[in-house]
Amino acid sequence: MILRGRAHRFDDDINTDYIISSKYKAQTLRIEDAAKHLMEDIDPGFADRIAPGDIIVAGRNFGCGSSREAAPRVIKAAGIAAVVAASFARIFFRNSINIGLPVLACDTRDIGSGDEIEVDLASGQVRNLSTGASKAVQPLPKVMMNVIADGGLVQHIRKHGTYRLD
Amino acid sequence: MHAQTLSEKILSAKSGASVRAGDIVLASVDLAYSHDGNRPLAMDQLAEMGAARVWDRERYILVLDHYPSPSQAVASTHTRLRAFAREQGIRLYDVGDGISHVVLPEKGHMAPGDLVIGSDSHTCTSGALGAFATGVGSTDMAAVMATGKIWLRVPETILVQCHGAFRRGVGAKDLALEIARILGADGATYQTIEYAGAVIDNLGMEGRFTIANMAIEVGAKAGLIATDEVTRAWLEPRVGSRYRQVKADEGASYARVVDIDVGVLRPKVARPHNVDNVVDAASLRDVPVHQVVIGTCNAARIGDLAEAARILRGRKVAPGVKLVVTPPSRDVLTDAIAQGVLSTLVEAGAVLGVPGCSGCVGGCNFAIPDAGQNVLTTANRNFKGRLGNPDAFLYLASPATAAYSALAGRIVDPHEAMP
Repeated sequence: MILRGRAHRFDDDINTDYIISSKYKAQTLRIEDAAKHLMEDIDPGFADRIAPGDIIVAGRNFGCGSSREAAPRVIKAAGIAAVVAASFARIFFRNSINIGLPVLACDTRDIGSGDEIEVDLASGQVRNLSTGASKAVQPLPKVMMNVIADGGLVQHIRKHGTYRLD
Repeated sequence: MHAQTLSEKILSAKSGASVRAGDIVLASVDLAYSHDGNRPLAMDQLAEMGAARVWDRERYILVLDHYPSPSQAVASTHTRLRAFAREQGIRLYDVGDGISHVVLPEKGHMAPGDLVIGSDSHTCTSGALGAFATGVGSTDMAAVMATGKIWLRVPETILVQCHGAFRRGVGAKDLALEIARILGADGATYQTIEYAGAVIDNLGMEGRFTIANMAIEVGAKAGLIATDEVTRAWLEPRVGSRYRQVKADEGASYARVVDIDVGVLRPKVARPHNVDNVVDAASLRDVPVHQVVIGTCNAARIGDLAEAARILRGRKVAPGVKLVVTPPSRDVLTDAIAQGVLSTLVEAGAVLGVPGCSGCVGGCNFAIPDAGQNVLTTANRNFKGRLGNPDAFLYLASPATAAYSALAGRIVDPHEAMP
């Protein structure tokens, strides 16, 4: 599967409070409503600038902080097709895989806002169409590939009754 | 069998195989817990998975710690969670009982060597008593609720050895901040930290919880401390025969060893907006403080509150400073009442929060600062907007630094201020 979209560049250490402010966490706001507040505290108006299929590109430690699964859900609901970062915080990474948001760890230093990015999920490549550069993605453990193949963790457990490690 | 780290040891026992760092295991969970703060709720994900019941009603606990009903919507979530607990026959700690990471160890729900999974990042707190405790999101939690198992990658371990002894005015929180400074906000990602050395040996359980609580702030999956007499004395009355010793093997393999000379450590403060933006408190002495929070799952246990009370006794917080005190659990609150700590704090000007997360996350609708205000807090996170206002500035510090700073209306180094 190949995803293609425009990059929105963020720095290192984008935490889950930035992704969706904790002040919205207590609300029973639907995820679709919360998506309007994506990155609001650090980049007001960001949600309005997203075209469906756009890609978030970031530095190190994307998704650090709380365990809130609302973070990847809000990113997905806002129309973002994938997140590409130099590295991810582990709970965010697991949550993303579990809910079907593609997250890819690779060198992102030469990707800037506005670049056209192509993500090849099958071969594990991230290509910057604006510069021609191509980076290999860190491979996932088999169990995560299985969860992705089943369409998320809910479907994975429904299907197998447990985790399939191999 | 190879010499094992604490993580390798516990995850070997929980997966029924001799495992080492890097292995992927399916492990049996001893205790799982969730709170009222996350969307979606794990119980809704459980239903979507087609599972009618929690795998073991003795091993899953709900704690209503995040929101003491700031809105009708939250009240209605609480009603649903209480109904779920009744239907499933599971234990629920209700509003005011305290923060999950504080209440559950206090009430003896976990023992050394246990695998503990919480749907909150600060689940790592219980690593202080030798449990492999780590946080997950709602859907992972639902899978645990359905199966009693979780897949985990056995983490590599960073050994942090803390040598020497604390100087006057310096304590566990300062050490936790120093570790964050040294490792950085992603310095332990996917890894475990084992804390050891003379300083840890001589530290009480409260200080150990404070340190393990911040493992997640450097990205760690768990922050573990081997058991010893301190652990046993605190835990045995709570868990009885479930108490056991856990420690790493001699010769276990560590990804990195960090040595810290605690004897030279000064009181520390993490400046906005990152936890690893750590400097000496003394270097911030001109920074005005508008609000001080002593609370959260990090550093507000009874010893912390008592220390703040010793500093505040017979005095008043500076004019214009709001001092918020949130005991992290009902037990801490009742201890604080019994010891006269609470009246001292209130007489000094403290505003009290409901035992729980009030004063830590803005969603609690409590202690939200105004734009431009500086907040000094004993919490573990100073992200922009964390307390509900992205235009405020959060500084993390110890209870002693918090108390002195509340009196002065500016950041004070307790090492300099203590008589």
